Amino acid sequence: MKKIFTHTALAAALALSAGSAFAAVKVGFMLPYSGTYAKLGEAIENGFKLYVQEQGGKLAGQEVQYFKVDDESNPSKGPENANRLIKRDGVDILVGTVHSGVAMALAKAANDSDTTLIIPNAGADAITGPLCSKNVFRSSFSNWQPGYAMGAVAAENGDKTAVTISWNYAAGKESTDGFKESFEKAGGKVIKHLTLPFPNVEFQPLLTEIASLKPDAVYTFFAGGGAVKFVQDYAAAGLKDSIPLYGAGFLTDGTLEAQGASAQGLQTTLHYADGLDTPRDNKFREDYIKNFPQLPPDVYAVQGYDAAQMLEAGLKAVDGDVSKKDAMRDAIRSAKIDSPRGEFTLSKAGNPVQDMYLRKVEGDKNQFVKIAVEKLADPARGCKL
Amino acid sequence: MDPAILLIQCLNAVQYGLLLFLVASGLTLIFGIMGIINLAHGSFYMIGAYMAFALQPLVAQYLGGGFVLTVLVCVVLATVLGYFLEWAFYSYLYTREHLQQVLMTYGLILVFEELRSIIVGNDVHGVPVPSWLAGSVRLGDVMTYPVYRLFISLVCILVAALMFWVLTRTRLGMMIRAGASNREMINSLGIDINRLFRIVFAIGVALAALAGAIAAPVSSVYPGMGNAVLIICFVVVVIGGIGSIKGAFLAAMLVGFVDTFGQVFFPAAAGVMVYLLMAAILLFKPEGLFKH
Repeated sequence: MKKIFTHTALAAALALSAGSAFAAVKVGFMLPYSGTYAKLGEAIENGFKLYVQEQGGKLAGQEVQYFKVDDESNPSKGPENANRLIKRDGVDILVGTVHSGVAMALAKAANDSDTTLIIPNAGADAITGPLCSKNVFRSSFSNWQPGYAMGAVAAENGDKTAVTISWNYAAGKESTDGFKESFEKAGGKVIKHLTLPFPNVEFQPLLTEIASLKPDAVYTFFAGGGAVKFVQDYAAAGLKDSIPLYGAGFLTDGTLEAQGASAQGLQTTLHYADGLDTPRDNKFREDYIKNFPQLPPDVYAVQGYDAAQMLEAGLKAVDGDVSKKDAMRDAIRSAKIDSPRGEFTLSKAGNPVQDMYLRKVEGDKNQFVKIAVEKLADPARGCKL
Repeated sequence: MDPAILLIQCLNAVQYGLLLFLVASGLTLIFGIMGIINLAHGSFYMIGAYMAFALQPLVAQYLGGGFVLTVLVCVVLATVLGYFLEWAFYSYLYTREHLQQVLMTYGLILVFEELRSIIVGNDVHGVPVPSWLAGSVRLGDVMTYPVYRLFISLVCILVAALMFWVLTRTRLGMMIRAGASNREMINSLGIDINRLFRIVFAIGVALAALAGAIAAPVSSVYPGMGNAVLIICFVVVVIGGIGSIKGAFLAAMLVGFVDTFGQVFFPAAAGVMVYLLMAAILLFKPEGLFKH
């Protein structure tokens, strides 16, 4: 069932014959190409390739050669899949992945082989926290970031008490902890943290619990099928009108069609939004739609796009010589990325220091409302860099 | 706890338990009466839900639409599918070992998931609640209860009553019970046991699909939805006693209550409460609450 595609850029051969000093830069995509996250993997790869294409198919004058492995979002196969790219294909740069568990395995394999890794989605705090490493970067976010941003917004709205709810797993805990941190710093109080086992979606008992607690607001972290059902159940339980529901952006990203009317007006925080209406973002969206008409531009495509920008920043500093690993990594770490989401820099731990946006669901869009927190840096707790 | 909230939680538990019963009843029939471990049962639930999603526009276009009609079409198609599957695959399994049954039915899960992926894709989809059931009832001062959830419970109760009646009061039910206790004897009495089992299997599939179809508006449809249901259904069947409809009903209710109040009172242990219940019951009643 494993699908491995090896794309050899035709141009790579041409570059070699032209007598370039170095061989092409080998980029290995370890992304989900099957299963629930297949579309996310596709969007990330599309975004990455779009940027390379805009640079005339080269990064810092170097041809790019792609390798692909389907990680199946399966953490137990993570080390094996990572080593296919590292050992068999001998890639210079790893780009992956969506699932946090797989990304942890990937980060370990990258550390062991001293390969540069750019993570285009997985938000596990640990990757740029205790497990941080000089060769690991992220073009997306840490789970802590959207939560922290929303806590600040809730406090600003005048909410005094809140209940947090998520699945009983790392991502949910990290996100709701972020919310709690900023909300309580601003004088609010999280009166209860509700959890249910992953991937259970029988929310009714917990919704009843929320109704009995009567908090001023509810903050939640759910994604995918769970997000659809939670938003629908929350509305059906009649809570939507009496207790505002806040969430990390994934609550309403890629799920709006299924959520229908129950999601209208919901507020979420993320590092990307619809209707940013900056020249940079408009240009990106236009190009993306032109090249990939079947998939709308989304946050995942942006993360892939920026992963390519980060790589370019590194390559430029070493004139495309990937063997100068340290210099390349220092350059990535100090780069200023002109992202469609807005400009961002990287923290010492390699996580984006970026504006977090407050968005509101209008129709099938997560419409930009305002900047919730400017230049928010993940605290990178436990990172010794 | 506030008594009003307590009552609502009980309602939640009953409603969840009833839906579990609807899925598990088909499983216990197939497991207990035909002796087949059918891992693909969750897939039938998934198929029912996806049919409710995918057939809705088609039914609206060709048959005039309506939620009830869509569900009926789902059930009819599922019955046909069950009849076919029994003929093509399951009928070869009666005399085989459990390991082979598990392997084949696991294979079917993979096939059905892949087909689902090819035909409908991997997105999450919502199924609209029919407009005449879209209202909600006010409970307490902030909470409302969707009428549709009450409707699900009503359907489950009706199906449970119907099944009980068929099994204990009709000729078909008598033949099924006789076939379960002694295949050879009933065959020699001139009853076509193969056809009988084919019918039982088709009913089992139809029940799972019905559960999936009516649950679709509240659960939405998503990849892997069948597997989550399968495990909890096996718990229900094992607690209730394999093959016992009465047992499945009681067990589903127990699981509903334990799961609901486990989440409220012991959130940290919510994931294991149901399995602790199963272990405790098996300790004292190794064959489940009702021995078949």
